[in-house]
Amino acid sequence: MTARRGRHPVLAGMALALGIGSAALALETYEVVGDAIPRPIGGLAGNLERGAAVVRDRERGNCLICHQGADPSEPFQGSIGPPLKGVGLRLDAGQIRLRLVDASLLNPQTVMPPYFRTENLHDVAVAYRGRPALSAQEIEDVVVYLASLKGD
Amino acid sequence: MALLALPAAAQVKSGSEFLSPGMARQQADETRNPGFFWVEQGEGLFSARPPQGQACIVCHAEPRQSLRGAATRYPQVDAASGKLLNLEGRIEQCRVERQTQPAFGHESAELLAMTAYIASLSRGLPMDVATDGAAKPFYEAGKAFFERRQGQLNLSCQQCHDGLVGQKLRGDTISHGAGTGYPAYRLEWNSVGSLHRRLRACSLGVRATQFDFGSPEYLALELYLAGRAKDLPVETPAIRR
Repeated sequence: MTARRGRHPVLAGMALALGIGSAALALETYEVVGDAIPRPIGGLAGNLERGAAVVRDRERGNCLICHQGADPSEPFQGSIGPPLKGVGLRLDAGQIRLRLVDASLLNPQTVMPPYFRTENLHDVAVAYRGRPALSAQEIEDVVVYLASLKGD
Repeated sequence: MALLALPAAAQVKSGSEFLSPGMARQQADETRNPGFFWVEQGEGLFSARPPQGQACIVCHAEPRQSLRGAATRYPQVDAASGKLLNLEGRIEQCRVERQTQPAFGHESAELLAMTAYIASLSRGLPMDVATDGAAKPFYEAGKAFFERRQGQLNLSCQQCHDGLVGQKLRGDTISHGAGTGYPAYRLEWNSVGSLHRRLRACSLGVRATQFDFGSPEYLALELYLAGRAKDLPVETPAIRR
C-alpha cells in the first residue's frame, strides 16, 4: 500500500489522502483534515450497539485491555490510555476516527495501535497480515459509540 | 521511524515485585510452590543413568556446589561453535554430544525439569551474563528486537516493559520482563514453562510472528533481558500469573 504522509500533519494542517491499497485487501480511502478524519470511511453508517460490543470484545477492539471503559461494572479494565468516559465531550467524531485509524499520525511515539492500517508494520502474524485490526464498518461502529459517551 | 531517546530504564525489578504478598510467600515456600515438583523431577533425571552413556552427576559431581551459579551466566556464547546457548540449549548439547542421547526437545517435561533443577541451584545468586566480547553481537540483536515495533498492533517490547511498567493491562500489571524466574510455574498455564513460551505469548499479544522455541530471535532477546536484569537474583522456579 502506498500512502503519503506529512511529517507533522496536524501542525501543517494538511489534508492527505491515505490508504490506497495494493495488497489483497485494499483499504477504503479516507481524508485527514487537521487532527481529524471528518467523513465516515467508505460513507458507512456506524451502529452504536455494535460499536459497544467491539470495544468490549477481547478478540476485536479489546479496548478495555488499555482503557477504562464507561461501564464500571466491567472487571479488570486497563490503565494505560485515557478513560473512555466522556470521550464524546473531549473529541468529536472525526477526531475519534483519526485516533482509531492511526494515532501515530498525531504522535509518532504513541502506544495506541493503528486499527485501520496495513502498511509499515513488521513481523505481523500470518493470521493478521494484510488486513487492518478493525474493518471500516467496525471503525464506524466504534466511532458512533465513543462519540455518544458524553457523560462526565 | 526513529524512536525518541528514552531515559535510561529505571532500576529493573524482578517479576516477583508484581506478585501479591500471598503469591510471593507461596513462591518462596518450597513445600507450596508447585514449580518444585519439576525441580525434584529434574534432580532425579540428573542422577538417572541413560540407556547408554553416563548420568549427568558422573561428570557434575556435587551439583549443589559445582553447578551453583551456572545459571547466572546463561545465555552465553559456546566457545566451540560460536552459537548463543541458553540453559536449555546447553543441557541439550550435553545430552546429545556427551551422553549420545536423543535431545529431550523444547518444552518437553524432561527438559523443563532439568532446566528448572539446574537453575534452582542458583536461586538467590545475582544474574551475571556476559554482554561484551563474543556475546556483543547477540546482545545488540536482542536490544534491537526489544526496541522495534512489531505485529499488527505495532508495539515494541520497550514501549510496555520500560515505559508502562506498573500500569494495568486488563487485570495484569506490566513488569520489566526480567525473566529471572524461568522456567516458571505460570497460573495461566497451570504448569511450568520456559521463557521462550512466555515470549511467544507476548508476540501473540501484539499479533506478531511467534518465533520458534530456541530461535535466534528469542535467544538474542533472552540475552538482552538477562543483561538488563544483571544483579537481580535467580528465582527459578518462580510463580507468575
